[in-house]
Amino acid sequence: MNSIQEIQQEIVDEFALFDEWMDKYEHIIELGKDLPLIDEKYKTDENLIKGCQSKVWLHAELKDGKIIFTADSDAIITKGIVGLVIRVFSNHTPQEIIDADLFFIDQIGLQEHLSPTRSNGLLSMLKQIRMYAVVFNSKVGS
Amino acid sequence: MNFINSDKIRKDFPILHRQVNGKPLIYFDNGATSQKPQQVIDVINRYYQHENSNIHRGIHTLSQEATDAYEKARTTVQQFINAQHHHEVIFTSGTTGSINLVASSFGKKHIQAGDEIIISTMEHHSNIVPWQMICEEKKAILKVIPINDKGELLIDEFKKLLSPKTKLVSITHVSNTLGTINPVKEIIKLAKTAGAFVLIDGAQAVPHTKVDVQALDCDFYAFSAHKMFGPTGVGILYGKEAILNELPPYQGGGDMIKTVTFEKTTYNELPHKFEAGTPNIVGGLGLAAAIDYMNKIGIANIEAYEHELLSYATEKIKQIEGIRIIGEAANKASVLSFLVDGTHPSDIGMIIDKLGIAIRTGHHCTEPLMNRFDIPGTARASFAFYNTKEEIDVFITALKRAVNMLK
Repeated sequence: MNSIQEIQQEIVDEFALFDEWMDKYEHIIELGKDLPLIDEKYKTDENLIKGCQSKVWLHAELKDGKIIFTADSDAIITKGIVGLVIRVFSNHTPQEIIDADLFFIDQIGLQEHLSPTRSNGLLSMLKQIRMYAVVFNSKVGS
Repeated sequence: MNFINSDKIRKDFPILHRQVNGKPLIYFDNGATSQKPQQVIDVINRYYQHENSNIHRGIHTLSQEATDAYEKARTTVQQFINAQHHHEVIFTSGTTGSINLVASSFGKKHIQAGDEIIISTMEHHSNIVPWQMICEEKKAILKVIPINDKGELLIDEFKKLLSPKTKLVSITHVSNTLGTINPVKEIIKLAKTAGAFVLIDGAQAVPHTKVDVQALDCDFYAFSAHKMFGPTGVGILYGKEAILNELPPYQGGGDMIKTVTFEKTTYNELPHKFEAGTPNIVGGLGLAAAIDYMNKIGIANIEAYEHELLSYATEKIKQIEGIRIIGEAANKASVLSFLVDGTHPSDIGMIIDKLGIAIRTGHHCTEPLMNRFDIPGTARASFAFYNTKEEIDVFITALKRAVNMLK
């Protein structure tokens, strides 16, 4: 299993192939289409992060000391980016997630999707991931 | 007949010549805010470079000049909407500010427990929430006029809602999401017959069509400068003199008082009674410049040309497979809301943004309306007189490309 750092670097390298915005989006859309991310039973209001533009569902559970994240979105570009975020953070220990430095979104030029005005639930999703890590960490610790 | 020379007009709007994401900007988000002509920008610059001073309270020349210019701007607005008196025109921060003023002052004076306020399904949140707040405070009841699937108000249902308990009817003139032009004259007449007061939210109407508040016979009319080629942060509340005179002030402060002692303050006369504090002076001047600009082009010309753009765009967009137009009223302003089967509006918006095209996606601050149609939101292209058919062609091509990518 690669570290959070390594997975982010993988994604950055993957995106380095695209110079055109439309190609980048095409790739993200394909990622979004390919990923059946979340079990329907977890698409609950409790797991819903409601943005102004699109919705994101995020579910987390602790397995063998690692957090498994699953997620989904009703908008395909958001879903593709959500898929990338899950690929980075899922299957890591709470402490690893807390210590992680998120850089891939910036480096592949998607930072605008994290702006509060975009309001697509992504920024809230990242906060939520961190919160799960903190909560699970206190459980693991106790 | 088309009297609009868009090549010439576009030269007046500096922003239309910039590029976005390496492509020439196509600005189809006029329903959110319009762009500003150089004539408006010049007035704003000149004010801060040569004229800046506070109004209504200075003895010196600059203050007198600024006061005169501001009051002249009020007269420009008065003539633009054909108000009977210049003091019936209140400067506010915008449509939202205007509606909140009425909700607060009118609510204090006229709304009691059990009274009813009527709005409609297609209202913007700013014509819903202020009424919910006053209804909650006063234990009054909010009633909602339903619409049909084309996005038209059901006038027969409206008639059924009207009763002696109806104190106020507050309706949008033009829907920001659907483009529907509501039959406000008929609505006002019906409301008056029932003894109710009427506020018209004109934010989306004033940029596109001639408004005559005396012919309409509404009690209040609210609109914003920034949607009609003027600056942000300034708007208008028109109110009939007799009604405004009766209402208590909205906010307290400077300019709205006649005399102040610790025992008793007496309030200033209209319009100053409702204009506490230093106003957005340059905003008022910018609004007047925008009105001058629109008058020069001619509002009838603007309306005819925008109608032509809407018909053209509607016809073209119907060629896209799976297209669903939201808002198909017989009488529509230049707003085109749509969905494409199997795609999310925000995805479409993001992709065509990278092709230089600005549209709005989401619920357009009309969540109850989205619920009525059972949709998460729409993509919306809204046109102004500086847009062209060539831009619509580029937009349609970009839209087809986006749909292909997403499907």
